[in-house]
Amino acid sequence: MVLVLALGDLHIPHRAPDLPAKFKSMLVPGKIQHIISPGNLCIKEVHDYLKSLCPDLHVTRGEYDEDLRYPESEQLKIGEFKLGICHGHQVIPWGDLDSLAMLQRQLDVDILITGHTHQFKAYKHEGGVIINPGSATGAYSSISYDINPSFVLMDIDGLRVVVYVYELIDGEVKVDKIDFKKPQTAA
Amino acid sequence: MKGKQLLYGLQFEKMSTGIMERLKSGIGISEGGTVMDAVEFVLQNFTEMNKLWVRMQHQGPAREKERREKERRELRDLVGKNLHVLSQLEGVDLDMYKDVVLPRVLEQVVNCKDEIAQYYLMDCIIQVFPDDYHLQTLETLLGACPQLQPTVDVKTVMSQLMERLSNYAASSSEVLPDLLHVEAFAKLSSAVVKVIEAQPDMPLVGAVSLHVALLTFTLRVHVDRLDYVDQVLGACVKKLEGKGKVKDSKATKQIVALLSAPLEKYNDVVTVLRLTNYSKVMEHLDYETNKVMAVVIIQSIMKNNTSISSSEKVDALFELLKELIKDSEGAPSMDEIDEDDFMEEQNLVARLVHMLVNKDHEEMFKILTTARKHFGQGGPKRLKFTLPPLIFAALKLVRCLQGHDAGDEALVSPKKIFQFLHQTVEALSTVPAPELALRLYLQCAEAASDCSLEPVAYEFFTQAFLLYEEEIADSRAQVTAMQLIIGTLQRTYVFGVENRDTLTHKATGYSAKLLKKPDQCRAVYACSHLFWLEEDGGTQDGERVLLCLKRALRIANAAQQMSSVTRGSSGPLTLFVEILNKYLYYFEKGIPQVTSNLIQGLLELIGTELQSENTAQDRAVDAFFASTRRYIQFQKQKGDDLAERYSSIQVVSPP
Repeated sequence: MVLVLALGDLHIPHRAPDLPAKFKSMLVPGKIQHIISPGNLCIKEVHDYLKSLCPDLHVTRGEYDEDLRYPESEQLKIGEFKLGICHGHQVIPWGDLDSLAMLQRQLDVDILITGHTHQFKAYKHEGGVIINPGSATGAYSSISYDINPSFVLMDIDGLRVVVYVYELIDGEVKVDKIDFKKPQTAA
Repeated sequence: MKGKQLLYGLQFEKMSTGIMERLKSGIGISEGGTVMDAVEFVLQNFTEMNKLWVRMQHQGPAREKERREKERRELRDLVGKNLHVLSQLEGVDLDMYKDVVLPRVLEQVVNCKDEIAQYYLMDCIIQVFPDDYHLQTLETLLGACPQLQPTVDVKTVMSQLMERLSNYAASSSEVLPDLLHVEAFAKLSSAVVKVIEAQPDMPLVGAVSLHVALLTFTLRVHVDRLDYVDQVLGACVKKLEGKGKVKDSKATKQIVALLSAPLEKYNDVVTVLRLTNYSKVMEHLDYETNKVMAVVIIQSIMKNNTSISSSEKVDALFELLKELIKDSEGAPSMDEIDEDDFMEEQNLVARLVHMLVNKDHEEMFKILTTARKHFGQGGPKRLKFTLPPLIFAALKLVRCLQGHDAGDEALVSPKKIFQFLHQTVEALSTVPAPELALRLYLQCAEAASDCSLEPVAYEFFTQAFLLYEEEIADSRAQVTAMQLIIGTLQRTYVFGVENRDTLTHKATGYSAKLLKKPDQCRAVYACSHLFWLEEDGGTQDGERVLLCLKRALRIANAAQQMSSVTRGSSGPLTLFVEILNKYLYYFEKGIPQVTSNLIQGLLELIGTELQSENTAQDRAVDAFFASTRRYIQFQKQKGDDLAERYSSIQVVSPP
């Protein structure tokens, strides 16, 4: 059982002062093995905070990120899964699932973690899964209206991943979960 | 001499125990005398012993220091015991205390003119006699304080008293009316003033600490009386008048304590803002400490989730925070300031902006314009931290107003906010922060489009393009800028044909002029989406889509040839596979111009190239091509209308 936290588009401090208190109290160091962020943190303080939760932090560059050294995209393997990360402002039309599927094929990954629209999405297609953890702070987006703060926790176990999405709705944290199984492929 | 003292002490021990026992067993006052006699006896004893003790402080050879210390301590304890006995004597009621005991004791305290004795005895009196006695004799007790030796730590004496009275007030709700009745606060305040006046050489730290003690009392006992709190601050301001920025670090520490106490007590900066003297006290902090205090204030707001809900409050708050927000005269120059500290401070100010909120739209707009005014005085280095959060707050306000037609007379409307946004983003572009400004212009453009304000949206796009042309030279920055321009334009539906054509033409033109061929290729095929808007009423021009894709293909070819010439082998075929995927995208949308023949041709081209000797091996491209072919196979097998169309496409597996 490997726990992977995926969160992004925090936009601190331009669009939000901080993570919601209820999220902060849930995110405790030492419980998570990897953190993946599609980007738009945007300042070093947020990077350092995430690093304190888990030293294995992967961040790709969002268009407002202060640190220009984050890569445009990244690929990593966790257990049996190949994961890809990309903020998504590079993929036009923004939020278009078919275009994101193309990126997924290009990166050759089972799970693509992307952001930019601030809207939570978990989309399964024949090539794999696309997950957008939404905006962890519920930040303003020109693309989506009425955003609730959200983030995703993935539990990777063998060929199965359970995706938990945490959403802050009217002050309460609601959890939903989605199951994905990777088809066994011939080597 | 010594023997006599000890004997005297022992005798007293016996005598006082004797008195206590006699009194306890109820054997008469009639036997030995009245209560008055007992009191008189003890008072005399007290006076004599005190005089003895004071004399002893200053005598004796050095070599017997340790023994003398011990004796002095014992004598001191005996002196204090007298007071204890007085407090225990039955019959010594409030009146007796007020008329006889206290005046006589205080007389001795003042007259002995010994600083150690005075401090000890004042402390004893406060500890030993009951609190309601102190309340009723407050003026007398406090009256002694200015008469004490200047070296006595009168601040501690008075704060002990005030603490006892605070605890007393907290012990029962019936006490508070008494406190008000005897006007405790007024008496304590005037005592502080008198003590300070009586000791003109008192260092500043002492004077401020006295005020801190009084403020602590006030906050505990009269927490609802903001006027009292303000009065204490005002008294301190008077003391600080003319002193400018206080340089003594101990005094500064006390000033910080004075300012922090109301913050911690109320946990509500809005309440603190009502204290008219607060900012005047803060003026006297030196530059660094003032900034630290300002940070503490902001942290209090963030921690307590305090909303600053009016433009007047914003004015008052920013007055307190002015050393953070703008460069005052006493501030060090920019070279001397640590960059990281500066960034941290300014990011904190940025976070603060999100606490300036009011649901009423007019008030919210006033808040934004007020904050803007203050931030505008912050100099170029601060703007890129402070203006963006204002801009996003304004965009949020636009959303609230969207759809309501307030008319031109309204104090706030999307149009007015867009004017505010325009001049605010403009200020950023002159900082210079062109990349940031470009992003924000695009945000505004999309928001204006959502409000159906075509000219406003067009103007924002124009500004974004101008920034691109004139200020963004770095190739990597250009690539991202184009992605953002194309992405935003693809989502805007407000434009009529002419405006749309102009902007699209600009976008495709610049895309083709990016420095690196792969970047050009990608930007050009991204532009294809500008001619295929999904939502109702959006342009759908298959011809232009295909033209973009073909142009992208030509660029990919050119890139290949360049690579062949310069490196000896063709570059990776990634671009071709990307364009193939784009063909599939439009094929599925049903664009007639994107035919299965075109796709077949591209498939075969890539397949051939991959096997050519000239082509460098690239695992990533192989995987990409393989997954694309898998996708086509999958679509073919779906058995729906799409599968029908896909049927004419042959996917050949590589050997």
